[in-house]
Amino acid sequence: MASYAARRILHALLVLWAAFTATFLLLYALPGDAALNKAGVGSDGSVLDPAQLAQIRTQLGLDQPLPLQYGKALLGALHGDFGTSVQTGNSAAAMYVEAIPETLKLAGAALVLAMILGIAWALLASYTRVPLLRQALVALPAAGVSVPTFWIGLVLIQFVSFKWQLLPAIGNEGIESLVMPAVVLSIPSAAMSAQILLRSLESTLNAPYIEAARARGASRARVLLRHALQNSIIPVITALAMTTGHLIGGSVVMETVFSRSGVGAVTVRAVNYQDTPVVLVAVVFAAATFVTINFLVDILYPVIDPRIRVRASRRFRLLPARTAT
Amino acid sequence: MSTATAAGTRPADTARFAWLWTILRQPGLILSWAVLVAVLLAAAVPSLFTDADPLRATGPRLTAPNAQHLFGTDNLGRDVFSRVVHGTSASVQAVAVAVLLGLLIGSLMGLLAGYFGRWVDDILMRVVDVLLAVPALLISLAFITALGFGTVNIAIAVGIGNVAAFARVMRAEVLRIRGMAYIEATTFAGIGRLRLLTRHVLPNAAGPVLVLATLELGLALLSISALSFLGFGAPPPAPEWGSLVAGGRDYLSAAWWMASLPGAVIAVTVLSANRIARSINRQQYVSV
Repeated sequence: MASYAARRILHALLVLWAAFTATFLLLYALPGDAALNKAGVGSDGSVLDPAQLAQIRTQLGLDQPLPLQYGKALLGALHGDFGTSVQTGNSAAAMYVEAIPETLKLAGAALVLAMILGIAWALLASYTRVPLLRQALVALPAAGVSVPTFWIGLVLIQFVSFKWQLLPAIGNEGIESLVMPAVVLSIPSAAMSAQILLRSLESTLNAPYIEAARARGASRARVLLRHALQNSIIPVITALAMTTGHLIGGSVVMETVFSRSGVGAVTVRAVNYQDTPVVLVAVVFAAATFVTINFLVDILYPVIDPRIRVRASRRFRLLPARTAT
Repeated sequence: MSTATAAGTRPADTARFAWLWTILRQPGLILSWAVLVAVLLAAAVPSLFTDADPLRATGPRLTAPNAQHLFGTDNLGRDVFSRVVHGTSASVQAVAVAVLLGLLIGSLMGLLAGYFGRWVDDILMRVVDVLLAVPALLISLAFITALGFGTVNIAIAVGIGNVAAFARVMRAEVLRIRGMAYIEATTFAGIGRLRLLTRHVLPNAAGPVLVLATLELGLALLSISALSFLGFGAPPPAPEWGSLVAGGRDYLSAAWWMASLPGAVIAVTVLSANRIARSINRQQYVSV
């Protein structure tokens, strides 16, 4: 167990390092002076003269050879220093970290909603026996992953906020402002977990022990909830852990639609200003969140399902489900 | 879904019309094809659908949808329907570029990893691990930061975000094929590696990868329109599906049609593409 965990941690660190390196090379090596050009254009649109440009270049360390820049950046990143933001001149990491709580609220609420909605939906579809109704219940999650979330968000704003005036359309104020973005953000993840749980339930319900339970006189509801669900839930948990990335990606879109503050808004602004240090933080942070959650889930499998030996737990790592943002 | 087997259970004498039966049993599929054909037509010949100028005012500002302006007009008096129709080609081309790029790079990685194994596999699969660990949207945003804005750059950025899925499916297929007897026979026949890969491994591994490509079409359109919605697509006057929705965002209370109708077009197109992909996918399930 300990050696397994150690290997997983090592692998996670390797992935993080590779994500940092790839993004660094992409942002600093490929575009040449793109970031600097942007920085060189004053707020009034005037272009700095070459001497000033060279001065900024020296200031940012861009005149040094790439390996040296990379070494410094990596060393800094290990200390939590990702350089200074081109927009504000403040620490890029601090700028990003400040925005985390708002996004954590949004993504956390969406994750809980996705879990509840997805599981409830799959159970309902599995329990329903009226053919047409069942078909509809089974088919809808497939549609749920195909609808653009930014569009659903805007349509919801029109009805819920403007027409019925139930919830605020924009902003971060209070719990009311969290409802719509969290619901919309949860839709793709919920739809996906419903699909996966349905498929998983289908195979579990064919197992002999289910028949045995039915023969002993257990009701359909009891068989579903007490016997089948627990044995079918692992793929759902794997899938939900995999959707962490979609929640981070989706919150970028949701924060734009609902004009919320948070890391998504910070990321979009950073891309707009070609603020490479902040973009770098965003990528590394997203990767760190993803590997941490997947590591925790991996460790948790034996707790959820005692039949799983640690060695076997990799078997349950499905291909990541892909949903849209 | 379960209705798919209906055609197979028909008596033999109607087998000639089995395809017709299949079609009649699935009105949703027909509708999906109709939508897809219409979208492709609009991309190729926009004038088939509208003769209103997408870039110039053709009516009063913010008119609600009516017979003359199907989707109403925007804040500058431009016909929204015409802007959607003329935006189709940019969006469709971006999807094609994104899926093709993901398909080519991902397949090549999967092919090399699966065929050569050992350290080649190790390195390429670690790359895939990294691509999977970073959300596709953030990979795209990083590429857009590096490449700059624009429809083509969005397409490239989305394509790179898709590479991992293709690489994994291709690798799994190649691993399956590599163990087969005919590959051994080909090797013994003295055929070179390149020829073996391109003539014997690739054609047999291509099926599931192409199915995945059809599934990716809808997802790519979603990602591309999301990035365009965020404002990283073509600059303002040019119409693009995602940016049209973004443009309507400022007029949500005054003109519901500006954001809702272009968004509905995106939703219907993605739904249709996914419906068709699933019907193709039915025999050959690929876990995405």
